[in-house]
Amino acid sequence: MDLVSFAVQLLNGVQYGLVLFLVASGLTLVFGILGVINLAHGAFYMLGAYLAYWITAYTGSFWLALIGGVAIAFVVGLLLEEIFVKRLYGRDHLAQVLLSFGLILVLDELRHILFGKDVHSVAAPEFLRGSIQLTDVLSYPVFRLAICAFCLAVAVAIFFVIEKTRIGMIVRAGAENRDMTRALGIPFDVVNRYVFAVGIALAALGGIVVSPISTVFPGMDNQMLILSFVVVVLGGIGSVAGAAIGALLIGISDSFGKVFFPNFSSFTVYVLMAAVLLWRPNGILGRREV
Amino acid sequence: MGGKVRGRIVPAALIGAAVALPFLATTYYLQFASKILLMGLLAMALNLVVGFGGLVSLCHAAFFGLAGYMLAIAAPQYEAGSIWLTLPAAVGAAALAALAIGALSLRTRGIYFIMVTLAFGEMLFFLFHDTKLAGGSDGTFIYYKPEVAIGTLRLLDLEKASAFYWVVLGFTLAGIALLAMIVRSPFGHALAAARVNERRARSLGFPIYCIRLAAFAMSGALAGVSGYFAAAQFGYVAPQMLGWHMSATALAMVVLGGMRTVTGPLLGAAILMGLEEVLRATTEHWKLVEGLIIIGLVLAFPEGVRQLFPIIFKPHAFRIPRRAREPAVPAREAGHA
Repeated sequence: MDLVSFAVQLLNGVQYGLVLFLVASGLTLVFGILGVINLAHGAFYMLGAYLAYWITAYTGSFWLALIGGVAIAFVVGLLLEEIFVKRLYGRDHLAQVLLSFGLILVLDELRHILFGKDVHSVAAPEFLRGSIQLTDVLSYPVFRLAICAFCLAVAVAIFFVIEKTRIGMIVRAGAENRDMTRALGIPFDVVNRYVFAVGIALAALGGIVVSPISTVFPGMDNQMLILSFVVVVLGGIGSVAGAAIGALLIGISDSFGKVFFPNFSSFTVYVLMAAVLLWRPNGILGRREV
Repeated sequence: MGGKVRGRIVPAALIGAAVALPFLATTYYLQFASKILLMGLLAMALNLVVGFGGLVSLCHAAFFGLAGYMLAIAAPQYEAGSIWLTLPAAVGAAALAALAIGALSLRTRGIYFIMVTLAFGEMLFFLFHDTKLAGGSDGTFIYYKPEVAIGTLRLLDLEKASAFYWVVLGFTLAGIALLAMIVRSPFGHALAAARVNERRARSLGFPIYCIRLAAFAMSGALAGVSGYFAAAQFGYVAPQMLGWHMSATALAMVVLGGMRTVTGPLLGAAILMGLEEVLRATTEHWKLVEGLIIIGLVLAFPEGVRQLFPIIFKPHAFRIPRRAREPAVPAREAGHA
């Protein structure tokens, strides 16, 4: 493997990892703050991709899809929290698993009714369609670079909000000790609702940004759900920084796994997870005692 | 006293009716009944770890499907495999997989455990989905049901729906007896103690990790028995058998039937599959309705549908003795991050 193709694989891995981070950071926030395990998280990733397809098909603008898709997902998140999820706080994990499984069935069937079961593709914005010539045979699509830049910007924004703002302080305090935060007079119901909606919106955002490079198809949610779970396990629940580390690890190991062990590429991720479980059962940045 | 009599008569009558079913029902309904028993067996096996052990596993379909695949791989393609060879191979593979996955997953608690079992279950799914093993993503057919014979003497013809049903019924009843025995044994009490208060059970000197691992492996093996016969009945195996949607469906059966009883999940399986059968016949979008029903049930009946008819259905026979009302375990003690 020469240096250029190594760099291309690395870049692919980083790009994949950054998208994974968007989805998984939403998941880890919902776990950490709400204490709710949301198996339907992947379904919102799929929802985002389908919204991107639908909006670009009608308006012709990917940017509109980006904004509109995230907004719709955010509102859906607010509604779902109000109707279903808030009844799950304090209930056992089993109820949460089943309720979100029921949600998956409903969302998947709605997707079937609204968008059918065909595979769709989404057009990338005009000026991002080209590719950069690296060598005579290798080129790299500009859109993938744009995804990297965009996801990095979102990641920086997430870290800024969590580390530097009052809202972030409440979120961190909630992840640390929910009861104490409530006792200090933080309106936690409101915080929960917005955190859930932001989590859903992040999952949908992930689906939107990858829609032009991966096609939009039924069942695209499953792979992403499992991988973002693995990311959260690797990084530690509730830790956004952990999710970043986990996502990049998974992205890069998946990318190189495809090159080195093409027949077993889907296993590299699980081998990594097993290794981390043996080394630190609570995740790389997880607290020692869970 | 009335309860005691009812506690014996109701199960006896149910078993009698189940044994007599092949004389009453058509082949279609007989196969449907076998399917319910097999899914019930899977759900009851799962319930050993979920209901009694308090460990929400999302990978039991992987053991179920793995055993089915073992039948497809171990049996010769164009003749019937011997049940004496293929069944132990299938159940052994399921038990080994459960032991390996359990050994890693049980290092974690709570939400982590759910996620880790989900991920390892999907790993087995991708093993059969991505590699060329047994047909890849299309799955493969099993043309012949396993043969039950000693030497050249054929004891049972499993190709006949009634014989197959009786064998499945026999294994289900044996599974119920085994689970009831496990749950009532000191081992079962230690498992339940670890669920109610892990720290206290640990400080009393119980080897919690080993107890849980043993329960997980036994439950995986029993799920394997169910998967073996399910593959034989359907006549094919596909990766979807191992997928986590299958595990979640089994979990729904567990919760539907009630978690703290051995036979509850069987009832849950009967209800959910009967419901599916009716919905499938009435609407194309039956999954939507099923999803809504699952959501509704979770919100309305946290203890399972048995809440609805405590008077008719009081399974004294298969109930864990409750010395005191179990306190609701606070989230933190149950291992929440």
